[in-house]
Amino acid sequence: MKKLSARRRHPLAAVVVLLFALAVTGGLYAAFAPAESAKADDTAQSLAIEEGKKLYSVGCASCHGTGAQGTSDGPSLVGVGSAAVDFQVRTGRMPMQQQGAQAPRKKPVYTQAETDQLAAYISSLGAGPAVPSKDQYSPDGGDIAKGGELFRTNCAQCHNFTGKGGALSNGKFAPSLEDVDPKHIYEAMQTGPQNMPSFPDTTMSQKNKKDIIAYLDEVNTSKSESPGGLNLGGLGPVSEGLFGWIFGLGALIALAIWVAARTAKAKKS
Amino acid sequence: MSTAETKAAGSKPGRKAPAGERVADWADGRLGIYSLAKANMRKIFPDHWSFMLGEVCLYSFLIIILTGVYLTLFFHPSMNEVVYHGSYVPLQGQRMSEAFSSTLHISFDVRGGLLIRQIHHWAALIFLAGMFVHMMRVFFTGAFRKPREINWLFGFLLFFLGMFTGFTGYSLPDDLLSGTGVRFVDGAILSVPLIGTYLSMLVFGGEFPGGDFVARFYSVHILLLPGIMLGLVVAHLILVIYHKHTQYPGPGRTEKNVVGMPLLPVYMAKAGGFFFLVFGAIAAIAAIATINPIWEIGPYRPDQVSTGAQPDWYMGFAEGLIRVMPGWEINIWGHTLVLGVFIPLVIFPLVLFAIALWPFLEAWATGDKREHHLLDRPRNAPTRTAFGVAWIAAYFVMLIGGGNDLWATHFHLSLNAITWFVRIGFFVIPVLSFIATRRICMGLQRRDREKVLHGRESGIIKRLPHGEFVEVHEPLTQEQLHTLTAHEQPKPLELEPEVDKNGVARKASMGQKMKVRLSKSMYGEDKFVPKATAEEYQEITSGHGHH
Repeated sequence: MKKLSARRRHPLAAVVVLLFALAVTGGLYAAFAPAESAKADDTAQSLAIEEGKKLYSVGCASCHGTGAQGTSDGPSLVGVGSAAVDFQVRTGRMPMQQQGAQAPRKKPVYTQAETDQLAAYISSLGAGPAVPSKDQYSPDGGDIAKGGELFRTNCAQCHNFTGKGGALSNGKFAPSLEDVDPKHIYEAMQTGPQNMPSFPDTTMSQKNKKDIIAYLDEVNTSKSESPGGLNLGGLGPVSEGLFGWIFGLGALIALAIWVAARTAKAKKS
Repeated sequence: MSTAETKAAGSKPGRKAPAGERVADWADGRLGIYSLAKANMRKIFPDHWSFMLGEVCLYSFLIIILTGVYLTLFFHPSMNEVVYHGSYVPLQGQRMSEAFSSTLHISFDVRGGLLIRQIHHWAALIFLAGMFVHMMRVFFTGAFRKPREINWLFGFLLFFLGMFTGFTGYSLPDDLLSGTGVRFVDGAILSVPLIGTYLSMLVFGGEFPGGDFVARFYSVHILLLPGIMLGLVVAHLILVIYHKHTQYPGPGRTEKNVVGMPLLPVYMAKAGGFFFLVFGAIAAIAAIATINPIWEIGPYRPDQVSTGAQPDWYMGFAEGLIRVMPGWEINIWGHTLVLGVFIPLVIFPLVLFAIALWPFLEAWATGDKREHHLLDRPRNAPTRTAFGVAWIAAYFVMLIGGGNDLWATHFHLSLNAITWFVRIGFFVIPVLSFIATRRICMGLQRRDREKVLHGRESGIIKRLPHGEFVEVHEPLTQEQLHTLTAHEQPKPLELEPEVDKNGVARKASMGQKMKVRLSKSMYGEDKFVPKATAEEYQEITSGHGHH
C-alpha cells in the first residue's frame, strides 16, 4: 500500500482514475442497459420485423404505401398496433380483394406466423394496441348476463340483438359475429376496424370485454341452444313473417286444396 | 213446424222414443232448435279450396283465443322492476319488468308454456296472412258485390283490427324489440300536429315509457279488441249464411242457386276435420320454429336499441313507410312539425282504406244495382284485377322498405339504393303493374275467345293431302264453352243526351260527368275483348274444320 499511497499525488494519478472510472461505467453499461439493444440486432424480434417488412412490401404496400404512411387507397398504419394487424389479416379482410364499401371477412391469405411478422413490422413503426393474451379474451370466467346488457347497450345498434349483423349506409355493414374467434372479437373492440368505433380499455374495461365475449359465446355460436326450435337466422320478424307466409299459410292452403279435392261423391245408380 | 205433429205421426204409442230424440225434443221445446236446424242444416256450400281460406282465418282465430287464455294464466301485465332469478342463465341477475320476467317464466318454467306461446304467435301471423289472402280472393273474384258490401267491410275491419290486436299483443312482453316498436308508435303519436304531445301523455300515462302501457295494452289486447273482433266474426258468419255462398261460374250454376254439398253432414265433417288440420299444422310449425325469442332480445330499456328492429309482418308496411320517408320537418314559432313521421302516419290508413272502398267505387261507376252470386274470373274484370294487383304491389314494395336492412345485408346491396328504389317504386310500380295486369287480362280474354271459337290446341300437326300442315284443334266440351262464355261484359255508362225528348235542355252535373268518365275508363271499348257469341260459334263450327 505504500507504493500506492506514495504515488497518489502523482501528476498522472487523476488521469488513471478517470480512465478507470470510464472503464467501469462503460463496462457496467455494456453489461446492463445497452446489452439488450446491442443483442437485439440479431434476435427473433428483428428478424420478424425484417420478414414482416418483406411481406408488407409485397402484399400491402400498394395501398398503404411503402413506409405504411398511407395513400389515397389505404390509411396509414403507423400506430395501429399489432392487434389491428392480427384482426384484419387473420379474418381475411386484408389484403383486400378489391376496393369497396367495406372489406368482407374471407379465408385468410397469410398464416399465423406470417401475420405475426407483419404485426411485428407494423408495431415497430409506432406504438398501438397489442395482440391480447389468451386469458384476456377467453370467454371463461366472463359474466354472461352482464355481457348481454353491455352488448345491447354498445353493440346491438349495428350487430343486432345477438350479433347476427346488420346494414349500415351505402353498402357498409356490421358483420355477423357468429362463430368469430374470441381473440378477433377482442381485437375488434380494441382497435375499431373499418366502420366500427373502438372501445379502448379506458372506455370499456378488459373485464367488460370478456363479459361481452362470454355472452356471444353463449348465444351466438353454432353450438348455442335455441330452446324454441329453428331460430330462422335470428333476424326477427322479417324472417318469421316470411316463414309464416311460405310454410305456415302455404301448408294450410295445401291442406285446403287437399280437403276440397276430396269431396263426397253422389252415388251412381 | 210443430214437434207434436211429427211425434204423433212418427212414433207409435207405447214405445219410448230413443234418448237422443227425447233430449232433442226437450231442447226444441225451449230453444226452437228444430226450425233453426231445418233452415240451416241443409245450407249448401260450394266446393273450392279458395272458399276455405276464410276457414283458415276462423280456425286460427279460435286457436289464438284458446292459447291466449292459457297465457293469461301466467302472464303478469306489470311494469314493476324485478331482478330475474329464473332458469335462463344469460339473463340471471338482470333488472327487467315483471311483464318480461313472467314471459321468461312462461317460456322456460311453465309446462308447455313456450309451445303455447309459439302457437299463439305463429297463429297470429298466419291469421293475418290468411285474412290478407282471403280478402284478395274475395276482391279478385268480385265476391264483394251486392249484397255483400257490408260483409266485405266487416272482413276488412277484422284485418285492420287484427293488425292492432297483434301489435298490442307482441308489445306485452316488454322486450327490447317490442319496446322499440312502442317507441315508434309514441313517435308517430307525437308527430300529430297540435295534440301529439297530449295524446302521447294520455296513452302512456306520462312521459314514455312510463309504468302503465303494458297494463293498458293488456286490457286492449285481451278484452277490447278481441271482443270487437269476435262480434265481427259472428256477424261475418251470419251474413255468409244469410247471403248464401258465392260460386264460380259453370254449367248448372246460376245467380239463383248454389251448387255444392249440404252443411250437415258433409261440411260439418269437413270443417271439423279442417279445424284439426289447421290446429295440427300450426302446432307443428310452433314446435319446429321459434318465434319472438324474447330471451335473446333482452328486456326493454329506453337507452338501448338494436338494428334489424322490425314489427311483425302485418305492420311491416307501416315500418316501410317510415323507413323510406325523407326526414322532413318544419319549424315554426318554436314548434316542430315532423312531416317525416306524420306523412307516413296519414298515408298508412289511406292506402289500406283504398282497397276497402273499391267496391263502392265500382258499384258507383257501373251503376249496377243487381245482386251477384256468381263470381267473376279475374281476367273478365280487367280494371278491378289491375287495381288489386297495383294495391298489392304498393303493399309489397313497402314491405321491402320495411326490411331494407335485411335486403341490403343478404343481397349485398346498398341500403341507400334500396331506399331510393322503394321511394320511386311506391309510385311507379303500382302504375306499371296496373298497366301490365290489364294487358295480361285482355290477352287472357283473347285466348278464351280463341279457345271457344277454335278449340284447344292439341299439339298434333297434320299434313293435308295437298301438302299443307295444320294443327288439330280439339273442340271444347259444352261445359267448358259455358264456363268461358257465361259472364256478362258490362257496358260503360253514357251521359244522358243534353236535350231530352221533350226538347228541354239539361246539364249533366260534375259528379255525373266524372262517373261516366270513370265508367268509360273501366269498361270502355278497348277494355274488353268481345266474347265469342253463339252466332260466331255457329258460323265457324258449321263451316269447314279448323280455319
